[in-house]
Amino acid sequence: MKLKKRIPVIDQGDKLGFWGGKFGGNFVPETLKKPIEDLEILFNKLKKDKNFINERNKYFKNWVGSPTRFIKLKNLTRHVGGAQIWSKVVSDANGGAHKIYNATVHCLLARRSGKKVICGDTGAGYAGKMLSMAAKKFGLKCKIFMGAKDIKRQQPNVKAMKKNGAEVIPVYSGSQTLVDAVSECMRYWVANCDKVAMCVGSTVGPAVFVRICGWSTSQISRELKTQLIDEFGSIPKKLKLYNCVGGGSSSFGFWNEFMDYDKKQCEFIGVEAGGPAKSKKHAAPLTYGSKIGILHGAAQYVNQNADGQIEETESISAGLDYPGISPLHCFLKDTKRARYTAASDEEALNAYKVVTKFEKLRPSLEPSHAFSVAIAESKRLSKDTIVVVNSCGDAYKDREIIKRRLGKKYV
Amino acid sequence: MSNLISHAFKKAKSENRPALLTYTVAGDSSIKLSLEILKSISKKVDILEIGVPHNTPVADGSQIQTSSYRAIKNGIKVKDIFRIVKDFKQFNKSKPVILMGYYNMIFQYGENEFLKKCKSSGVNGLIVVDLPWPENKKFANKCKKRSIFFIQLISPTTTKNRLKKIIKDSHEMIYFISMLSTTGGKLKVSSKEILSNYNKIKKINSKKNVVIGFGITEKTIKSLKKADGLVVGSAICKEITNSLKKRQNPVTNVYNVVNRLKNKIK
Repeated sequence: MKLKKRIPVIDQGDKLGFWGGKFGGNFVPETLKKPIEDLEILFNKLKKDKNFINERNKYFKNWVGSPTRFIKLKNLTRHVGGAQIWSKVVSDANGGAHKIYNATVHCLLARRSGKKVICGDTGAGYAGKMLSMAAKKFGLKCKIFMGAKDIKRQQPNVKAMKKNGAEVIPVYSGSQTLVDAVSECMRYWVANCDKVAMCVGSTVGPAVFVRICGWSTSQISRELKTQLIDEFGSIPKKLKLYNCVGGGSSSFGFWNEFMDYDKKQCEFIGVEAGGPAKSKKHAAPLTYGSKIGILHGAAQYVNQNADGQIEETESISAGLDYPGISPLHCFLKDTKRARYTAASDEEALNAYKVVTKFEKLRPSLEPSHAFSVAIAESKRLSKDTIVVVNSCGDAYKDREIIKRRLGKKYV
Repeated sequence: MSNLISHAFKKAKSENRPALLTYTVAGDSSIKLSLEILKSISKKVDILEIGVPHNTPVADGSQIQTSSYRAIKNGIKVKDIFRIVKDFKQFNKSKPVILMGYYNMIFQYGENEFLKKCKSSGVNGLIVVDLPWPENKKFANKCKKRSIFFIQLISPTTTKNRLKKIIKDSHEMIYFISMLSTTGGKLKVSSKEILSNYNKIKKINSKKNVVIGFGITEKTIKSLKKADGLVVGSAICKEITNSLKKRQNPVTNVYNVVNRLKNKIK
């Protein structure tokens, strides 16, 4: 299995949509074959269309608010006493997280296809919140599927979705989290694909959704590349990019533009959710060696039992609480381009404490996982190493959990 | 290639009626009960579809989901499902059995090993909901080599060009999904429209046995009786759920539903 140079990773899949011959694909009911093919044709055409790219860039700049900041965390760097720690503050984006990029592109595509309704899934509620914002902006009706357990623990985002006019549909099946929300959303699309567009909230699902999402979030690394050159004159000799990985949309977007650099110069570190320290459950299929299986239309490493039933996950962060992982990350892992590890709930909470103590930055629990590993590894790294952590979400949505686990003063 | 499934269609045709196919989930609500249901309804049913329950079923509505989750919760494993088929075949070896499920269950078992078990337990056909054409070509060929029908699915969204190719690669039975819906949805299109789509398939190759499924209940079954076969699934799963709720015997209740269905298409 080999990663090709000078070809975008999203376009390195084969005819049937498999990366490396075995990750991804289209394991979907027959009914979805046609709408997926239609979306593929539309996306392949538009991603080469200058007008469409200009339109996208216009909305990214004026509405999403790009570029998001790239800042040095001076106090944290001094405290850790190793590598220089920087952050790409993607939570600056309109709505407070990277999910806005994918949501915007899906709504632009839906508009081009003439569909008036868009449906989507959400875990932490960010994908849903952003889709509801973009749908409102572009005049589409919006339906969001969300696990009942997630609705309880991510209320601020639920309120935001409703305020934007979206219908939030609670999902009570299975573990009542993201995995079930994605299933229910796909079911809804199966029944309504003639009139409704679907947005998959991460780089997961049938191949075209993986590609659209990766293409959208790559805005993050496009900005970062320019910002690094502005700051250092060139891409630093020792660059390490840390990102949390749930479905894998923010990390893929954070790395994409640096793919062709040698990994000795530009290393990618993905941090999965290890779950509570005392629990055997986790949401880290790459770190803990889960087997390849089929989930939501794609072959990927996924937590499952010997029979092939998908296993329940456990993580303090709803946005990472997914048993599978993007086929793109499976591909990056097996080609050894990226390295994956996990942080536990407790480690993420601790990192949140440290970051907020030293910096004016409030990463949500998802990027707190990445901060945890970045801080630990930075200690041992030289001062000329540039560590960048993608702070891809804002902690506002986690205030209840943080209050409960760390006390009021951390909110 | 001929197998028990072909005979079942022939028999129904000779009686001038569509074949009746039922879908029940293996292990719902227990291994024993699901076997008893199969034995009991097999007197009225031409082909038995047995669901392999999966916990992320992207094409199933709430009734089949409920049955699947119940079976999984009660501990059903793939090896038990082969046991159910084997036990059933000892009771009635001429009744064709089709396993229906999602690809991950086969993938984890190993395609070859799964087919070997199908053969030794007496499975006659397979429906894999999320392994569409052309992704299913290789697996379908493996099935064919073992005289197991791989049943292709066709939907109202299938394009004409694609339809021709799927039919060409199909074995003797094809499953037509009546409408855009998950299983158990309310029939939202007219039977006339469904039959017109059905006829498009028959026109391309009249020899294939085409069954219609999704949205078929006691209320709707009669209007579609021109088809080669009709599948009822959710209505039966719902009956099991209701019987359990009312603490009645699901075996008798399901038999009665199937009996009524059969009388409507005689």
